[in-house]
Amino acid sequence: MMIEALIAVALVGAFVTFVAPNRIAGKLAFAISLIPATLSLWMFAAFDGSGNALLDGELAFASEFEWIQFGEYSISWLVGLDGISMPLVVLTTILSSLAIVSSWTPIDERESQFYGLVLFIEANLIGVFAALDFFVWFIFWEAVLIPMYLLIGIWGGPRRKYAAIKFFIYTNVASLVMFGAFIALVFGLGDVTTFALPDVTTAMLNGGPDGFLGIGGTTLASLVFVAMFLGFAVKVPIVPFHTWLPDAHVEAPTPASVLLAGVLLKMGTYALLRFNFTMFPTEVIEPFVIPIAAIAVISVIYGAMLALAQTDLKRIVAYSSVSSMGYVILGLIAYTQFGVGGATFQMVSHGLISGLMFMAVGVIYNATHTRMVTDMSGMADRMPVAVGILVAGAFGYMGLPLMSGFFGEFTIFFGAFGAEGLAYSQVFTALAMFGIVIVAGYLLFALQRTVFGPYHLETDYDVDRAPLHDIAPMFVLLGLIILLGVAPELIFEMITDAVDPILETGGEL
Amino acid sequence: MALLELPAWTALAPALLLALTAMALFIIDSIAPDSRNSGLLAGTTAAGSIVSLGVAVWYLLAGVGTPTVDGGRGVIDVLGNQFVVDQLALFFMVIVAVVTALVAVASYDYMEDHTYQAEYYSLVLLAATGMSFMAAANSLVTIFIALELASLPSYALVSILKDNRGSVEAGLKYFLIGALSSAIFVYGISLVYGATGHLQLENIAAVIEAGEVASDGGHEIADVGGLLGLGILMLIGGFAFKTASVPFHFWAPEAYEGAPAPISAFLSSASKAAGFVIAFRVFTEAFPVAETASAIGVDWALAFIILAIVTMTLGNFAAATQNNVKRMLAYSSIGHAGYALIGLAGISAGGGELVMGAAMMHLFVYGFMNTGAFLFVALAEYWGVGRTFEDYNGLGRRAPVACFALAIFMFSLAGIPPLGGFWSKYFLFTGALEAGLLVVAAALVINSALSLYYYSRLVKAVWIEEPAVERETLSQPVGLYAAIVVAAVMTLALLPLFGPVADTAVDAATAMLA
Repeated sequence: MMIEALIAVALVGAFVTFVAPNRIAGKLAFAISLIPATLSLWMFAAFDGSGNALLDGELAFASEFEWIQFGEYSISWLVGLDGISMPLVVLTTILSSLAIVSSWTPIDERESQFYGLVLFIEANLIGVFAALDFFVWFIFWEAVLIPMYLLIGIWGGPRRKYAAIKFFIYTNVASLVMFGAFIALVFGLGDVTTFALPDVTTAMLNGGPDGFLGIGGTTLASLVFVAMFLGFAVKVPIVPFHTWLPDAHVEAPTPASVLLAGVLLKMGTYALLRFNFTMFPTEVIEPFVIPIAAIAVISVIYGAMLALAQTDLKRIVAYSSVSSMGYVILGLIAYTQFGVGGATFQMVSHGLISGLMFMAVGVIYNATHTRMVTDMSGMADRMPVAVGILVAGAFGYMGLPLMSGFFGEFTIFFGAFGAEGLAYSQVFTALAMFGIVIVAGYLLFALQRTVFGPYHLETDYDVDRAPLHDIAPMFVLLGLIILLGVAPELIFEMITDAVDPILETGGEL
Repeated sequence: MALLELPAWTALAPALLLALTAMALFIIDSIAPDSRNSGLLAGTTAAGSIVSLGVAVWYLLAGVGTPTVDGGRGVIDVLGNQFVVDQLALFFMVIVAVVTALVAVASYDYMEDHTYQAEYYSLVLLAATGMSFMAAANSLVTIFIALELASLPSYALVSILKDNRGSVEAGLKYFLIGALSSAIFVYGISLVYGATGHLQLENIAAVIEAGEVASDGGHEIADVGGLLGLGILMLIGGFAFKTASVPFHFWAPEAYEGAPAPISAFLSSASKAAGFVIAFRVFTEAFPVAETASAIGVDWALAFIILAIVTMTLGNFAAATQNNVKRMLAYSSIGHAGYALIGLAGISAGGGELVMGAAMMHLFVYGFMNTGAFLFVALAEYWGVGRTFEDYNGLGRRAPVACFALAIFMFSLAGIPPLGGFWSKYFLFTGALEAGLLVVAAALVINSALSLYYYSRLVKAVWIEEPAVERETLSQPVGLYAAIVVAAVMTLALLPLFGPVADTAVDAATAMLA
């Protein structure tokens, strides 16, 4: 019942905060969010699962109830954690708490509604990672959209209405495609009468679908694979479905960006891992290996090039997310222990690092009211601590050893280089590694112009040191990034434990 | 079971209690005719409908209508089978009672300054009584009487704002179209009677199955197939009026727009549901698909397939072009009638109980989300903010709780997951697939996707847009707020608690189709 408790605390907290007076809403929401954060850390320590949740693994904190019976199909409440979802749940609760603290300065109207929505998103994100029945998962998955749409639409920047509706339409259409595909798959499986992901996985790996609506079994499996890949690709996002991301990020208020980059993008990669790369046997994946690897590499390079061309700090960080997600896809398609494990590790690591970067940019924006690289220089002079953290975060992005980004990217490259199922794996890996060079290029270039040199600011504001509650969450994130960089086995062990069964049952690509 | 030992007529208690409460209001009104004590009147109305709701739920839980061990259907017959109380009847009695209670509570504030308060509440209750009887009516005569009992007070209610031109005009239009469709309906009844010699639903079915009328010299049903077919078509016309479906839908936008908003809520939720229950009962009991088709030459399910697709498409496209919020909701209500019609379209196929059950679930959820949406309009009228989307801009700043509830209603109507509306639409979709109605299922998905446009437009207006005019703090009328919050909580709560609703609906449909 621990997972239910986590979700319930966040949900009830959301409603309480929603009706609380604006004055205390921020503090109240933070206090409430500490409960799931502490609870999830305790769960992390007490984690006793093993194996993969979809492949007969031993689930931690699992619970199951009959929910709805309709005809022969039954829908159950089924939640549980394995080595892949546990770190992501902890990432969600911690980032939510920190995002709430980082909103104290920038959010100055309709606070109770803002913090209520943030807690509501947190509850649903936990649900997305913990749910193991398709319907439970899908409900949480969709429930994230509406509050995020409102966060961007109400508290966002000048073009917020456009950005909010673009985000909503892109991700909703993608969800519809994916939903339809999965339902067709379950109906096509014939003798499966539940929507529980483990049951569907077992049936898929033991024969696959018989066909549906006149479409043959093998064709159906391939079609569903493609449709679900496209559905999740929008969420990740992968080039060419990435255009909603910079708009949403730039217009979103800082805390929403933190959650968006830190956790929401991971929903897409997590779902790709859970559905596309766990559920489908290797015969189905095989024809798509080269195209997916190519898309991954294009995302890496093209995302980084786009970042290089930006002059808005937030846009730079946003595009670099596209690039980083490309690494994750490359790791997944490599289909080796280091590839898939590294990709999962990179999800957590990128969540921390991008969260940190968005917070740092947000702090600078709070003081200067501009994010344009050309508008400022020498910020280190006035905001030494905030800028120091920004630089540290940038190094994390570039993959500096002893920070988590290094371990994530290194394992992905290591896993991808030797991937036997991936033809030309060395070429793909080498091209992707070139992305790192570009990352270093645009980050250092932007930093050189903004934080170093003589102090100068185009906008007319007094820049002072940032308050403690702006700085503290960034220190926590930096600490976690270094901790995972020094001791990656903290989570990498449980990740590989959950990843290995996928590779064993799926067979060689 | 103890319940079955009560006198049989007590099975109609949910409907009788509503009638009794209406009588109680007459007494209160005759004692204090000039009283403006709306608390007493609204309270009595709400209490009466809540008791009716409680009794209906109690009967359902006690197992009325559940097949018994000895093979009986567990159905209670009243007045020589003129009324039957089974799960189908009780399910819809619950919907009617819920909507009546919500409307009564909301009217407490909305009608505060109006005259004719006692008349208003008693008319609401009498209409509700008629709808409740419609749920149980089992012969074409009682169906017609119950339908008129529901309709006549509705005409008066739509035009109760006597000094308001829109309200009177809406009432007149509603009355004229209602009278016309009643005439068509009753003529259809006479044709069916002429062809089969019976008014009782199961007797009609028996004659059609036997293929001949034995008495009065007797004749083959196939010889009067055209007569019977025309009769059935006219009956469909009567249902279409009551459920606001094509081709008798065009009264709905005017009537809903002109009527006091709580009455719009009442008509679009309860009255629509009542229209559907008679359609379900008549077409499952009286006209067995295969035999009727061979007698009249056409499968009547085909008519409903066409009506479903046309109704949902027309409703949605018209709703998308509206600027007036109430009219948008009126057209959306037509669209939802189209979704529920899928239940009738799919009955004939294998697995028909699933799609009919799904339609019942949809009407149940709709009873909360649509009532709530119209009550929000009532609240906006109470505040006097105007009628268009632009007038609603920025309300979220002043009234976050009510606007949060509105967002719940809108996303639920659109069928977005974390809300009750998602389940019923999903089940309609899979039910239609199981019944082999691919085109209908596709139309449902496309229309749902389209509907998101205009539903989210309202959410965007209240939450994201800047207010056009500066507003003072908006008042918080207790009754309207309570009704809206309850409807919102139920719309949310139906997500986890959908299991019992789904079971009851599918059981009821299975019993009807057995």
